[in-house]
Amino acid sequence: MSIPIITATNISVELGHNIILSDISFDIYQGEFIGIAGPNGAGKSTLIRTLLNLNPYTGTITLWNQPIQHFKNWNYIGYVPQSSTHYSLQFPATVEEIVSLGLISTLNWPRILSNTHIQQVQETLASLEIDHLAKMSIHDLSGGQRQRVWLAKALVSQPKMLILDEPTNALDLDVRGTFYRIITDLHQKGLTILLITHDMNDIGTYAEKLMIIDQKLVFWGNFNTFCESNQMSNYFGKNSQHLICHQHE
Amino acid sequence: MNNILEIFQYQFVERAIIAGLFLGVLCAVLGVFLVLRKMSLIGDGLAHISFGAIALGIVFGIYPLIIAIPLVIIASLIIYSLTRNKILEGDAIIGILAALGLSVGVILSSISTGFNIDIFSYLFGNILAINQQELIFAIIGSVSIISIIILFYQEFMAISFNPEEAKISGLPVIFLDIVFSIITALTVIMSIRLAGALLISALLILPASSSLQISKSFQSTLIIAIIIALFSITLGIIVSFLGGIPTGATIVSINAILFFSILIIKPLISK
Repeated sequence: MSIPIITATNISVELGHNIILSDISFDIYQGEFIGIAGPNGAGKSTLIRTLLNLNPYTGTITLWNQPIQHFKNWNYIGYVPQSSTHYSLQFPATVEEIVSLGLISTLNWPRILSNTHIQQVQETLASLEIDHLAKMSIHDLSGGQRQRVWLAKALVSQPKMLILDEPTNALDLDVRGTFYRIITDLHQKGLTILLITHDMNDIGTYAEKLMIIDQKLVFWGNFNTFCESNQMSNYFGKNSQHLICHQHE
Repeated sequence: MNNILEIFQYQFVERAIIAGLFLGVLCAVLGVFLVLRKMSLIGDGLAHISFGAIALGIVFGIYPLIIAIPLVIIASLIIYSLTRNKILEGDAIIGILAALGLSVGVILSSISTGFNIDIFSYLFGNILAINQQELIFAIIGSVSIISIIILFYQEFMAISFNPEEAKISGLPVIFLDIVFSIITALTVIMSIRLAGALLISALLILPASSSLQISKSFQSTLIIAIIIALFSITLGIIVSFLGGIPTGATIVSINAILFFSILIIKPLISK
């Protein structure tokens, strides 16, 4: 088997005096589509923040076989944070300016955008069918359009892995469907996807592998194992487990 | 009209306008980043600290900036360090250091009455009294700091948008924050002659805040803030000279009038 792109070993996170994550270990391989689920406050976002080196933690994390402390290839990772919580409503920027920020990890100092970079931004916007919005202010966009902008920002550096933290929280059903179609296409082109959501239907529909967190790692494996697990049947209830497995079929 | 043209025949007015324009561009550009990073009050705090430091220099007969530059940079880094390590909220640290700076300034000016005029010109600003040496310092300083901002433009924009995402992009956020703290401290020290310790933060906050009301992009925010700063400083110097009123306060009042006018007109236009 190939070398994992993420290896987390015995990860624990304590914030203040609260234990948020306890002794979590897993490997993630290139090309996987992983759904990360768990109840509110289970530590899903904290786990992702830890993998992005934003939290203090104990244990070891390697990214593309390099200890996270020495990892330099941050352009390998595209990150879409929880919708509408990660930027100031006051921040003035056009779609083009926001997406250009996603190129920072690929630029050497002094980080000046060349015509090639601007073309790269245009191509990414076109691939998500939002090139006509390039000169618009992000504040004048709908929720669905804005979500595509965050996605474009995450994709413009041509990452190998895309991390989506509750990406469709504020979106209506139609827009969610379109958004996940884009994500599924990207996955089919070889992109590794880590999707965090509390919506088990979304995970059942789109993910190939499932990680359930509730401070500890409650489940980690493929859907067949999940659907046959008595432990999961007790954890979720038989009906919920059945519904999730039905979605996956 | 003739009165206005006559103003420009005076060399000290010419010096004031040239220095004001350079410092105005600098304050406007830096102010956009400060306002977006919710650090507006740092200008006020550092100005109060620089007032104390300048008073110290005047009383002990040392060129004020020699004391003010290192002290204000250190204060700026202390504010950053305590905020970053979550030892205290930023506004509380700024409040404490600002009060300390002002207290030192007031005590020193009370025990050394002979120097009061000098000290109070730093408190309220007096750009019309700027000498050739200070003009050169203002030009070189402004151009240098604006060059640093241009070199780190993408980085400062990314951190203003979201510092955590900037870190995930692999940016050396701590280093960039230290650079930002130092150029903020230097800008405040250089601009204190323009508007005074009590009013300098207005020159950092107001052009940026006015611009943010009407701009649609990051670049246009910077450009509009610069235009507002240049307009208000030129008009402020002319009005203050003709009316015999304090320059710094006039510039700030014009800025405030512009801000509130934009605030009132904006909803009427967008209807």
